[in-house]
Amino acid sequence: MGVAVALNDFFGKRLVISIINTGMGLPPVVVGLFVTIMIWRSGPFGFLEILYTPYAMIIAQAIIATPIVMGISLAAIQNLPPNLRLQILSLGASRLQMVWVLVKESRLPLLAAVMAGFGGVISEIGASIMVGGNIKGYTRVLTTATVMETGKGNFDLAIALGIILLLLAFTINFMLTQIQQRQRSR
Amino acid sequence: MKKTPILSAENLIVKRGKVTVLDIDNLQIFPGRTLAFIGPNGAGKSTLLLALAGLLPATSGNLYFQSRKVNGFSALAMLRRNAAVVFQEPLLLDMNVEKNVAVGLKFRNLSGSEIKQSVDEALAYFAIEHLAKRAAKTLSGGESKRVSLARAFAIRPKIIFLDEAFNSLDPPTREAIIDDLQNILKETKITAVLALHDREETLRLAQDVAVISGGKIVQQGNTVHVFHQPINEYIANFVGTEVILEGVVKKSKKGLMEVAVNGHLIEAAGDFKTGQKVCCCLRPENITVSETMPGKISARNVFKGKVIKAVRQAYFYKITLDCGFILFAYVTLPSYEELGIREGSSLAVSFKATSLHVIKR
Repeated sequence: MGVAVALNDFFGKRLVISIINTGMGLPPVVVGLFVTIMIWRSGPFGFLEILYTPYAMIIAQAIIATPIVMGISLAAIQNLPPNLRLQILSLGASRLQMVWVLVKESRLPLLAAVMAGFGGVISEIGASIMVGGNIKGYTRVLTTATVMETGKGNFDLAIALGIILLLLAFTINFMLTQIQQRQRSR
Repeated sequence: MKKTPILSAENLIVKRGKVTVLDIDNLQIFPGRTLAFIGPNGAGKSTLLLALAGLLPATSGNLYFQSRKVNGFSALAMLRRNAAVVFQEPLLLDMNVEKNVAVGLKFRNLSGSEIKQSVDEALAYFAIEHLAKRAAKTLSGGESKRVSLARAFAIRPKIIFLDEAFNSLDPPTREAIIDDLQNILKETKITAVLALHDREETLRLAQDVAVISGGKIVQQGNTVHVFHQPINEYIANFVGTEVILEGVVKKSKKGLMEVAVNGHLIEAAGDFKTGQKVCCCLRPENITVSETMPGKISARNVFKGKVIKAVRQAYFYKITLDCGFILFAYVTLPSYEELGIREGSSLAVSFKATSLHVIKR
């Protein structure tokens, strides 16, 4: 989506970019509140009956991550030399082929976008607790569990959960970094 | 010999906002020839190039490629498939040289062996076979330029566009690349359109020129012809006041050549091969005129010339002489009186072999 916004000229493009950039700093709590209202039993999507389920959490996290990933991808594509698109087209590329080449050219910042999105989501707590409800064995995630255990005074458990969360984040980011930097050194 | 143009433009107008940046009444590009757009920066040379290559939509007007009107998606795709553009910056992709050169061929879904063959050929053309496996981002400016040229030629375009292709290259690299390009254009007979702003490059590469100023073509025609008869001061400054004589090298030995120009032999410094087509450039201030044929002098070239025109300038006369070829010379006011120059009077003209600047055609 970020690539699409970057590559097309349309009326109101600047407004859309501003909205995306605002979205990058969207407070998760606000997203949580918004999603909760939407899927509340009497809300517009109440009939789906997904409040306090993992689906609700996925929706909320997607709303939080999308602007971050879009914003960084957008910047990455816009950061390519302006004539590169024309150069690729002039070599006989179809539109789809051109987009593919551009994506490959900006793969480093695009991976960074994925990492940033992941980082935003895995550390997030407000929306998770609001729409997930922190139900044990169902919608209780590492962050919400950590908050709860800290609240109960179980610091040892909270610290353990925190370390697991950190390790998880580190492992995934380490793998992404490996991919990113291997590309660079080639 | 009337050929049909490979690409032509009619009333082509490109506007940016409310400003008209390009307004081309009529432009025809003939197959197998090299056309240069010359003009000051910001004149619209690059814009015109992009519009002709089908990369920049025109506000109005028509483009014809191989006599077919370029309108609609398929015609535009057809033009793009048959054209290649080389931009000022090399714009290489983040992969190795070989893959960069192959990229246009991959877009055409050619088979692996076809791609390999064309890539090898293109690499050989630009003498960069040894760079095939190098990462494009690690190349020098000249090497990158060669790769971007090879990439464009690899797709065997019918027409190739080069936008200020030799800027930001150091002089020896530029020389070498221009040499190669000259040979390839001659060999492949690919139609080429170049945006240039160097007179020597223009003379060497282009048979035809179109002078662009303020988004319009102000003069076009055969390069030597346009350089001889610039219609305005800008062009005159651009082309200089030099005389340009087209000729063929007849003899070449130890840095001294004999060049045949209109049946006359001129001695000139340089060491091009015999049979090489060249342009000899000569500045009027390096030409000496006298009443009678001089005796033993150091000047290598002495000709008898007839005055066709004498024009009074601020501190001298500019006279046009016919020596079997046309020359310009400056004569100071006292000498002009002393020599009694009239239109039709005969004079001896001499110039040194070393004051000729010979360039390959």
